[in-house]
Formats: sequence, structure tokens, C-alpha cells
Amino acid sequence: MSAGPRPYPHASRIRHSARAAPVALLVAALLSACGGSTSPSSSPAGTGAGALSGTVTVLAAASLTESFDQLKVDFETAHPGVTVETSYGSSATLVQQVDNGAPASVVALAGTSAAEPLDKNLIVDTRTFATNILEIAVPPGNPGKVTSLDDLAKPTVKVVVCADSVPCGKAAQTTFRKASVVPNVVSKEVDVKATLAKVKLGEADAAVVYHSDVVAARGAVTGVGIPSRLNTTLSYPVITLADDAASRAFVAYLLSAQGRNTLQAFGFGPP
Amino acid sequence: MRYAGRWPSRIVLGVPAALALLLLVVPLVALLVQADWSRIPSDLATPTVLPALRLSLTTTSVTAVLCLLLGTPLAWFLARSDHHVTSWVRALLTVPLVLPPVVGGVALLLTWGRNGLLGQYLTPFGIQIPFTTVAVVLAETFVAMPYYVLAVEGAMRGLDPRLESVARTLGASDLRYLRTVGIPLVLPGMAGGLALAWARALGEFGATITFAGNFPGRTQTLPLLVYVELERDPQVAISISIMLLAVSVLVLGVLRGRWLR
Repeated sequence: MSAGPRPYPHASRIRHSARAAPVALLVAALLSACGGSTSPSSSPAGTGAGALSGTVTVLAAASLTESFDQLKVDFETAHPGVTVETSYGSSATLVQQVDNGAPASVVALAGTSAAEPLDKNLIVDTRTFATNILEIAVPPGNPGKVTSLDDLAKPTVKVVVCADSVPCGKAAQTTFRKASVVPNVVSKEVDVKATLAKVKLGEADAAVVYHSDVVAARGAVTGVGIPSRLNTTLSYPVITLADDAASRAFVAYLLSAQGRNTLQAFGFGPP
Repeated sequence: MRYAGRWPSRIVLGVPAALALLLLVVPLVALLVQADWSRIPSDLATPTVLPALRLSLTTTSVTAVLCLLLGTPLAWFLARSDHHVTSWVRALLTVPLVLPPVVGGVALLLTWGRNGLLGQYLTPFGIQIPFTTVAVVLAETFVAMPYYVLAVEGAMRGLDPRLESVARTLGASDLRYLRTVGIPLVLPGMAGGLALAWARALGEFGATITFAGNFPGRTQTLPLLVYVELERDPQVAISISIMLLAVSVLVLGVLRGRWLR
């Protein structure tokens, strides 16, 4: 290193950078404050006997992501006047959002117990439309050599599950209890898709997710079945919140043979 | 009249200013008003809170030390150089500031993950970073260090360049100059930067939950606990939020009183 004095930038530069730093901090704060937004409210649908119109806002459990994306397209094709807006998250988050006034026409949840905290005054109708079971998801090649629930207890196998507060986490705990397995859990993710993502990225050796998630992942993960005596079955309720024709039609479509076929193709069982 | 234009312009400026203040202050007031204060002690005694508090305090302290040890020299290099590369480095440093934290988490996963850019070379040695407390520190440092470096660099640029020249003519090395003259003079700037970085680390959520996961006692920091508790028992989440708010205000208040103008 040379010993001579280093040139400092001139005063104007100093003032400029001193002003720029707070601006950068402000921008950073603004950006990090931007969270997820809720979808706009459902507008009343046409009540006449003619074609349906309006918007149906559907909040659905994360495990329904792929199947509801498909159902939305099919329903919109059948009813060109209707727009279906979907938002996905853990059932616990969705119920929380609805109770806090999130505008929703229809809520579809993973498991009946997830619906318990929902404000009863908001409910127009509740129907069960599908069932789901748990499955172990492993990355392609199965690096942890997981073949059964017992393998999840090995200290070398990194297991990711859903948080205890969300349905897939509760169901996984029930299954672990039934199997008397204490898994080597490294993370409890906020919803089932976040749980699955850790396996898709290859960072975890196994995740306990729904059978439908393994189907929807289309080969990005491999499923390892859980025997039915140890498995936990969840019934998925669909709850109508908006009493309009378009919302009712969407729920009816979900319960129809056509809707059931789509759900079945994505790994869900009949109600 | 001399002040003829005074009131209209006061209103034009005052109304948006008041709105800005309301936008920032009302949510904090709401948190305080909606809280069930009698429940706070028992809420904070929830078994999940203490491990999360301990984890948050440890990881943010380590992050602060990392900022101090690694960030101060970086700030010094940035402050004394006028090379065009320096302005690029400074611009690069602001990226983590403006980056959504969850994107930072993805980037960290792609760096330190099992198959990551650097992580793949650690895996053979049995070192795995994701889902560990180390990952929490890395996530916090990633988002917090830029705040510290920029603050300290600003303070160092404010120093009279003649001080360094004089120190040099007296035969002082770079290290000696920093130890005896430079750092003592920028101490307020360092304290301010550290407080800002620490507060940012304490609030870190997106990068942590993406990169380090969420496991009680190991990677579940207070903000992650708030998120999870909101689904289980919202009142507990509010109580923890108030504690975090109090801690942040306290630290910033102490630093403001002592070092900041």
C-alpha cells in the first residue's frame, strides 16, 4: 500500500451521497413493506334467468392450487360472463383473512377442522367436495433412501413438514403419533406448497404432504405411500360466503361429476 | 400583506404531511389499542416465545458483530475511494436493500443450499447450512449489512481529509489511523448504522423463512413466531408484536439519546 494521501471526492459528491442514502433506505422500506394483496371484492352476479355474469372470488387451500387453476379455466369457459379470481394459502391463513374482512365469495379448505375458527355469521352454505390423504414426497433419486414412515426418524434424513397450525401439519402429527415415529424435522413450513418446495429444491430429503401435491408436482418429486391404517384422511369443505348466482354456480360445478373428475385427476378422492 | 401566501401553502403542504403521519402512526396505535394488555404476561410466557426470543437476540447480536467486523473495513474502502468501480460496488450494496427479502432468501438458498453455488462444495464435508441457526444469521446479515455499511461510509466521508494526511505524515499506518483517529470520530455514525442494521435483522422475515425454514428453537425467530401464532392464536401474535415494537423503540430511543442528534 502506498503511503501518500488518497484523494477524497469533492464536497458536492459527499453531499449527494449523503442525500442518496436515506432515499435508498426509504425505497427499501417501502419495497419490503409490500406484502401480498387480497383480490378485489366480488361484484353481484346477474340474478336473471339468463347467462351468469360477475366475479367469483375463491380463496382455496394451498393443496388445491393446481386443481382449482384448472377448475377456474373450465368454469370460465362454460360461463364466459363470469371471472373467477383465485388466491391460495394455508387454510389457517385464509380463515384468518376472511374473519378479518377479506372479500371472498367461496372458501375451500383442507379439512373440516380448519373451518372451525371461521365466523359462523358469514357462512351461507357448507359442503364437502373432496378428500385427500397424506403421502411422503422425496426428491427424484430419493437421496435419503426413504421407503417408509420409520425412515423419517433417521438422523441423516432431513424432514420438512407443515406448521402445527395448518391442516397438513396437524394431519402429519396425527399420523406420526399413530405410527409412533418421531421424525427428524428440520423445518415447519407455513403451507403445504412451501413444504413441498423444499423437497423440489432438493434441500430436504422428505416432506409429508398430500397425495394430491405429489400428483400435481408431475414428477418433480416422487411419492412414498403411507399405509391406510396409519394415514390421515382429510375432508375438504367448500364454504359459500356470497349469496349470488355465480358463486352458487361455481360451488355446484365443484360438486358436479365434471368437477369431481378434475379433482380426481389431480389426486383427490371423492367426498 | 407580507404573509398573504402563507395559509394556502400551509394547507397544501400540511394536509399531505398529516396524511403521511397518519398512515405511519395509526397502524402502531391500532396494535396498542387492539391488544389485550392483561393477557400480555401470560401470552409472553407461551412456551414457544422464550426460545424464539433467545434465538432472535443471539442471531441479531452475531449479525451486529459481523456487520462491525466485516462492514467497517468495507465502508472505509468505499469512503476513501473515488474510483468508478467503487460506485458500482456501492450500487451493488444497495441491491439487498431494495430486494424483496423473500427473493434474498431464494438467492441464499441457491448459494448455500445443498445444490447451491457454494453449498455443493460444503456438502461433501457434511456441512449443510439451510435449516440451521447459521442460515438465520446469514439471512439477517444479507439484509442488514448494507444499512450499516452505507451509514458508516457516509460518516467516514464526512471526515476532514486533512486528518488522514496529517496522520500519515506522522507515520501512522492505515490500521493505526483508523484505531486512533478515524473510528473514534465516526463512532456516532457506527452506532447509528449498527442500530439500524440490528433493527432490520430483528425484523427479518422473508429471507429467513425461505432460507432457514421455521423450526422452534433453531430457526424460528420472533417475526416467524408472530406469523405462525397469528394462525393459531392471534392474541399471542399481537402480544409478541408489542414486545418487538417496544424493543425496537427502546433501542432506537437509547441510541438516539446518546449518539444521534
